[in-house]
Amino acid sequence: MPKKTVIPFGPQHPVLPEPIHLDLVLEDETVVDAIPSIGFIHRGLESLVEKKDFNEMVYVAERICGICSFMHGMGYCEAVEHVMDIDIPDRAKYLRTIWCEFSRLHSHLLWLGLLADGFGFEALFNECWRIREQVLDMVEMTTGGRLIASVNRVGGVLKDITPDMLKQMKAVAENVGRELVPVADTFLNDYSVKSRLCGSGILSKEDAIALGACGPMMRASGIAVDHRKSGYAAYGNIDFDVITSNDCDGYGRVYVRIQELFQSVEIVRQAIDKIPDSEEIMIKPKGNPKGEYLMRLEQPRGEAFYYVKGNGSKNLDRFRVRTPTFGNLAPLVHTLKGAPFADVPLLVLTIDPCVSCTER
Amino acid sequence: MEDYGKNIIEIPLEKLAIVAGEEKNAGHRLAQACATYVNDKYELLYSFEEDYAMTTYKVVVGLDEEVPSISRIFFPAFTYENEMKELFGVKIKGIVTDYNDKFYRIATETPFLKKKGGK
Repeated sequence: MPKKTVIPFGPQHPVLPEPIHLDLVLEDETVVDAIPSIGFIHRGLESLVEKKDFNEMVYVAERICGICSFMHGMGYCEAVEHVMDIDIPDRAKYLRTIWCEFSRLHSHLLWLGLLADGFGFEALFNECWRIREQVLDMVEMTTGGRLIASVNRVGGVLKDITPDMLKQMKAVAENVGRELVPVADTFLNDYSVKSRLCGSGILSKEDAIALGACGPMMRASGIAVDHRKSGYAAYGNIDFDVITSNDCDGYGRVYVRIQELFQSVEIVRQAIDKIPDSEEIMIKPKGNPKGEYLMRLEQPRGEAFYYVKGNGSKNLDRFRVRTPTFGNLAPLVHTLKGAPFADVPLLVLTIDPCVSCTER
Repeated sequence: MEDYGKNIIEIPLEKLAIVAGEEKNAGHRLAQACATYVNDKYELLYSFEEDYAMTTYKVVVGLDEEVPSISRIFFPAFTYENEMKELFGVKIKGIVTDYNDKFYRIATETPFLKKKGGK
């Protein structure tokens, strides 16, 4: 019987932009168990509801994470809006949708770059991040912030986008779509990329359900669930299909995210074409939230939950966030078991971990 | 589409394992679980999902009450239950992978548990 060795992986590791720790139990070069632990950047942000009122909490929600910032702010606002029975103006719904998809574009491009860097394809990494820059420039131009947009408020959005800027956003999105074509071709057809991803980190459809996987991790196991289909913001008026793959491996996860990039370009195009002309982008909330609501939306990494419970005062009783990476920890442990030690960094990357979100 | 975020069904603690078993048998996925500390009690929320249909159950327990783990029914519950235990101090028994307060590597013990009589 081979001797078991425990190797600590992280919290600091070249493939990890943020700290997470895994105790890897190895038999020779094969991982037989993986035990994750977190908390290195736990800030207890949720408990700030005791000190910040429900309007100020938007700023806190946005700061859970830089990459997912816009959608955290929006998820929190939509949850409070449900509790307070606020139907925000239609134009605000479309503006949120457009900024959501720009967030998805820059998040997926960031991940693709990190993955390319993870398997040593530096030119591909540079190309992904070069394309990403124009997305961030547009977010900065329309909101004032590259990552922390700070445009969501309970009742709508703070800033409008002028028709000229909408035109420019559409042109940038279409350009991203064009420039993505050769990048997608390399990721999906290059021999060296395929040799690292095909057949690694298998998560079957049954296991994905049993282990509570979410987002692209789940869709790459053949499960067609994308919570944008539930119709929050303006998604109910946008025509799109859920992208899935039946590969169930690292390659399938890359395929799903790349197709979602093209899909985001199409959603931006539709949203800009359909956005209603109006000057109303915000409804001032009356009173304080009383009641509870569990909001869920589709972040780039998967479904995120925002639970709010109000007691009628300006401070909420509870604000709780369940992020997609937290939901994908159990599937990650599963995919690591039986994997060669050398594949561990790539397998960790294929869940697109966001540790700031996970620890809050 | 039904508003799944608002429909939260309160069940007694004794029914938690039964409900979790029924959800498992129905082929549903554990979507999330979380704890809330309100008025010197814990409110535990468990959400199960199939496709886009989600059911959320709420269990209200006293601070010293023991809560059975559902991680033998839904394996991924171990992360949520370790979190409830370490951040709030919920007394969950029988977690499949119990970290014994080492899942979150934080310096403060049960940081979200308020002092008696607190908010």
